[in-house]
Amino acid sequence: MTTFADRPLEDQIAQWRAYLRRRQALHGSDVEELEGHLRDQLTALTEAGLAGDEAFLVAVKRMGSLDALSREFARAHSERLWKQLVMAPAAPDEPAGTGRAELLVVLGLAVAAAVAIKVPALFGLRLGGGDEPFYARNASLFVFPLLAAYFVWKRGSDAAHGLRLALPFAAGAVFANVFPFGAGSNTGILTALHLPIALWLAVGLAYVRGRWLADGGRMNFVRFSGELAIYYALIALGGGVLTGMTMMMFKSIGMNAEWLAQGWLLPCGAMGAVLIGSWLVEAKQSVIENMAPVLTRLFTPLFTILLLVFLGTMAWTGNPIHVEREVLIGFDLLLVLVVGLVLYAASARDPEAPPDFFDGLQLVLVVSALVVDGVALGAIAARISEFGFTPNRVAALGENLILLVNLAWSAWLYARFLRRRAPFAALEQWQIAYLPVYAVWAALVVVVFPPLFGYR
Amino acid sequence: MDMKKDLVAASATPLVLAILAEGDSYGYAIIKRVTELSGGHLQWTDGMLYPVLHRLERQGHVAAKWSASENGRRRKYYRITREGRAQLAAQRRQWQVVDGTLRGIWMRTRTA
Repeated sequence: MTTFADRPLEDQIAQWRAYLRRRQALHGSDVEELEGHLRDQLTALTEAGLAGDEAFLVAVKRMGSLDALSREFARAHSERLWKQLVMAPAAPDEPAGTGRAELLVVLGLAVAAAVAIKVPALFGLRLGGGDEPFYARNASLFVFPLLAAYFVWKRGSDAAHGLRLALPFAAGAVFANVFPFGAGSNTGILTALHLPIALWLAVGLAYVRGRWLADGGRMNFVRFSGELAIYYALIALGGGVLTGMTMMMFKSIGMNAEWLAQGWLLPCGAMGAVLIGSWLVEAKQSVIENMAPVLTRLFTPLFTILLLVFLGTMAWTGNPIHVEREVLIGFDLLLVLVVGLVLYAASARDPEAPPDFFDGLQLVLVVSALVVDGVALGAIAARISEFGFTPNRVAALGENLILLVNLAWSAWLYARFLRRRAPFAALEQWQIAYLPVYAVWAALVVVVFPPLFGYR
Repeated sequence: MDMKKDLVAASATPLVLAILAEGDSYGYAIIKRVTELSGGHLQWTDGMLYPVLHRLERQGHVAAKWSASENGRRRKYYRITREGRAQLAAQRRQWQVVDGTLRGIWMRTRTA
């Protein structure tokens, strides 16, 4: 007896199996074992003269309550309630060996990234010497192309797509290096800050297999980016401990390992970790709950309170914002943060669900961020009209404007959604449609600003 | 006969080990053998056998292997290990003590 000729019976077994598979404490092989038992039982019962559906009822009843069963399984295998990422068995629909091949590819690319950052040293460009601006401008170029290559491999994209993807990276390499940036050049620093943002879009194109507009691809890339940031921070923490241990241990035998830590561990680790982190995020997406939305939930109320208290204090004391050098950047970062909170709240939200308290909170957050930023912009505009334009101010103002437009329209969409005039999907659509704007602006800063401001 | 759950659970380990000591077997066959040996008085909830088997496997008392069965599907066969036999011997002594004690007192009450 392999299968039953009785079609409905097979369907019932399939249903029962699917139900079992949803239990966390039961692994695929357990389900297979239990199904084998059920089938043996069914054979015995049908041979004893029971009809298919009667036999099924009896066999399932004898199997016992599934709740009790999965509880017993959980007791026998307590580790199963803690999802294991690295050790998790491959999904049953994947051919065996895929996981191992992927691990090898990822390790190879991570090593390549670690080597890449050391290659310029062969040409006399010393990390930690006077060549830091070179490394800062090119940092993303050492690793993002390899990350894109990983996605080209993983998604099975064709060679033509891979070659098209190489174009933005080649262009990035050209613009990061052809301009005659002087020492301490502001436009050079702007390039270092903006090139990764522009190139991240190219990584996104590799992630979605070049189909940027296709269903859900962009939102998945947003989720991926958030999870990668979290994994990267965790890996960096571990790397910090490793570095500290290295220094401490070698110091104890009278040796200074600083050159090892700063010249090798730090740069090579920082590059390789991007690929390892990406692989972990890819591997875990269906295994462990996404962390970015959890942090969003946690910090949205806290930031809302901060902004409201700040506004209240400003109104109460009448203290103006002191426009220091960093204030404009600071408020840009505030807007980035709020956009991030909106984006990651949207990424985890069920678009069909009706408005709830949290959505209202998001609206309060966005509106109060807009008010705070409006106040700050007024102060900054006064300073700019007094001291004129510099590349830093134009870049920061441009970013502020871009984020402001995004948040203003998001606030409008949130308000409409809360009054049930528009679906939540409209907000999600707006957020993901806006993503290329950041990259295009960043590319503008990299390409146009240096000549425009005379490379100063 | 409605047996107390605790008693069923306590007797599960020695029973499974003893059946496996007769020869390698698999879940469904073990259940059938239990019913047969107890004359139908010992009814297990079928599913509950598997967590017991897995726990014994984890403790090293039994070893498991997937192989093809006569119906073409994969089936997980269990085999008792050396540690399992030692465990079975130990449990057997314990149950004999319980059994002997109960027998003694019940003989006396019957004769009294």
